[in-house]
Amino acid sequence: MSAPRLETVLRSASQEVVIGHDRRFCLIGERINPTGRKVFQEQLRAGDLSAIARDVQAQVEGGADVLDVNMGVPLTDEADLLAKAITMIQELTDKPICIDSSVVEALEAGLSVYQGRALVNSVTAEDDRLAQILPLVKKHDAAIIALPNDEDEIPMEVEKRVELTRKIIEVATKEYGIAAADIVIDPLAMPIGADQTVVVTVLETMSRIRDEFGVNMTCGASNVSFGMPSRHALGATFLPMAMLAGLTSAIMDTRTPQIVEAVKAADLLLGHDEWGGAWIAAHRARQAASA
Amino acid sequence: MTPEEILQGLYDETLVGNGPRVLELTEEGLSASMEPQTLLFDALIPSLEEVGARFERGDFFVPEMLIAGKAMAGAMERLRPLLAETGVQTIGKFLMGTVKGDVHDIGKNLVNIMLEGAGFEVIDLGVQVAPEKFVSAIEEHQPDIVGFSAFLTTTMPMFKANMNALEKAGMRNDVIVMVGGAPVTQEYADAVGADGYAADASQTVKRAKALLDEKRSMVPA
Repeated sequence: MSAPRLETVLRSASQEVVIGHDRRFCLIGERINPTGRKVFQEQLRAGDLSAIARDVQAQVEGGADVLDVNMGVPLTDEADLLAKAITMIQELTDKPICIDSSVVEALEAGLSVYQGRALVNSVTAEDDRLAQILPLVKKHDAAIIALPNDEDEIPMEVEKRVELTRKIIEVATKEYGIAAADIVIDPLAMPIGADQTVVVTVLETMSRIRDEFGVNMTCGASNVSFGMPSRHALGATFLPMAMLAGLTSAIMDTRTPQIVEAVKAADLLLGHDEWGGAWIAAHRARQAASA
Repeated sequence: MTPEEILQGLYDETLVGNGPRVLELTEEGLSASMEPQTLLFDALIPSLEEVGARFERGDFFVPEMLIAGKAMAGAMERLRPLLAETGVQTIGKFLMGTVKGDVHDIGKNLVNIMLEGAGFEVIDLGVQVAPEKFVSAIEEHQPDIVGFSAFLTTTMPMFKANMNALEKAGMRNDVIVMVGGAPVTQEYADAVGADGYAADASQTVKRAKALLDEKRSMVPA
């Protein structure tokens, strides 16, 4: 028997987004992130956050439902920067935010200024990480992305990932009183270029997690196509397959229409877009834009 | 096959990552009394260099680089004992690992392939390598260079933790330290006190060679 399917509720000050198995796929826009962007890093280091506005606009226009915000600039006070960025972004948009850092102090600073119900990115199955991050999630009534890997490895076996998922859910619910509905598992999508079995593994992991725990899932969609040509085609093929297996959201660059459209088409085909309302509305919007 | 044909075959088959054929040609070369170092320096290494150059230009992709590296590794397994017998020195020993807290290994593996392709002996400690593990591996293997890889801005601070562990173990001056990974910059490498940084796999090889030359020219003969 399958576990009941859960819904994760996120909020900004004025908008609610629900991630769920019978709903349209949740797009988490990923570009508000300075990693690998030298100019952006220098601006942030100098306290100039103006470039963030452009990224926010681009992700929202591309169809992001939630915005992932990462301020990992080396040799800076990440906590301070992340808090400032979140405050600024909440003035620009009413999309809920996914607060992205592995620095506990930065997560705490971000959660403290956030208005609404945030998604925290992320925790692993490592005991010390769970002990550091889960109390913050509980205290600020947030939801949490969790990765089923531990201090030793990223397990390549479906069974091991399911086991670590079970561990995370048990610790979060029993020891910290976090609802299973507020745990979003990242089943670890790896690059297909390095090993051609990894996507089958992650798809199997997704269906197992959906059926056994009913939780929502997300993943870094662009990981899969790393190091390969025609990356957009791979992303646009991977996500609909993953959606069928139980993936309910993805962290991705929504500026890629090819991938966003593939997701919207899959929403319709999987019965998550009633009467094709969203699909047709998107068509009308394109018509209007080109008129 | 003539020796020239064997060398050309080795070069071509390594380039396309045909492991079984590379191994056959290696055997064929050896049974035709070709020197192992000829096979290595006149076919395998130039081929891997070409693979790296194509990857850098965007003409080759990750799987192609990985299978070429694998094809060469297969041949090296056969040649390594013979090279040791004939007293052929590797150009240096490189100890490599992804830092603690970080499980990314594709970039590191590509760098390993390029280093081996350039004639380094590479010892790979894998991912999630704790500072004390680097220290004990340096003790055990006595490498010329140790490389720390990090893919996340949040795991980069482990470079400093590793440096401190090296200092504490009194081995900081015995080994050249290189750092790298997607978010790493020269500025960051300087800030943690590393000896070298490179932005990609082929630059790593150039930088590693230059750092070795520098160090060897400083050591009294």
